[in-house]
Amino acid sequence: MDTTSNTKKMALIATKGTLDWAYPPFILASTAAALDYEVSVFFTFYGLQLLRKDLNLKISPLGNPGMPMPMGMDKWFPVAGTALPGMEAMMTSMMKSKMKKKGVASVEELREICIESGVKLIGCQMTIDLFDLSPDDFIDGIDYGGASTFFEFAGESDVSLFI
Amino acid sequence: MVDYDERLDATGLNCPLPIIRAKKALAGLSSGQVLEIVATDPGSVKDFEAFTRQTGHSLLESKEGDGVFTYLIQKA
Repeated sequence: MDTTSNTKKMALIATKGTLDWAYPPFILASTAAALDYEVSVFFTFYGLQLLRKDLNLKISPLGNPGMPMPMGMDKWFPVAGTALPGMEAMMTSMMKSKMKKKGVASVEELREICIESGVKLIGCQMTIDLFDLSPDDFIDGIDYGGASTFFEFAGESDVSLFI
Repeated sequence: MVDYDERLDATGLNCPLPIIRAKKALAGLSSGQVLEIVATDPGSVKDFEAFTRQTGHSLLESKEGDGVFTYLIQKA
C-alpha cells in the first residue's frame, strides 16, 4: 500500500443484514469512492447477508418504533401488530416500491457501483465458520479475513465507521 | 449561458446517484471541459457544492427553476 499518497481512506464495518441497514454502508462507500477515497468495507455477522449473490433483504417493523408506517398503521397495529405473520413481507414490499418511486437506488445497484469503483469488500471469516456459510453463497471478488485484516486498512484511514 | 460539452440527465434520481453519475460522466471528459447536470433531488444543491470542493472540479453554475436543478461543472 502506498502510504506516501494523499489519497483519503475510509474503513467501514457493516454489521446489519436488513434492507434498511444495507443502505448506509453502500451509500457511504459508493459516494466516498466518487470523492476519490480508497474504501474498504468489512462485513461481519448479519452484515454478511449484504454480500450474498441473491440478496433477499427484508425490513422489519418489529422493535422499530421509529419506522414511519403508512396510512396510520401504527395506530391500527400497535406493537403486537408488527409481529403478525406477513407483516415483514408487506413492509418489505411497501418499502421497496416507495424507494423505487422516489428514485432511490436498489441495494444491488449500489453494491454494483461500489464494486465498479474499486471498493474493497471483505467478508468476516469467523462469521462464515460460525454460521456454516459457504463462500459459494457470496459474490465473486471479495476477500476474506479477520479483525487484524480490518486494522491493516482501518489504522491508516481518515474515516472509520461502525454500521 | 455557458456552453457545455456533455449533458447528464439525473432527474428522478435520489442521493447518492446524481453525484455518482456525475463522477462517471466527468471521467469521460478532458480537463477544462464542462458537464451540465440536470437533477430533481433538492439535496443535490449542497452535495454538488461539497463534491466540487472535495474533488477540485469547478462548479461554474448552480441554479433552480420549477423544481429542476441545473449545474455546470468544469473538469479540473
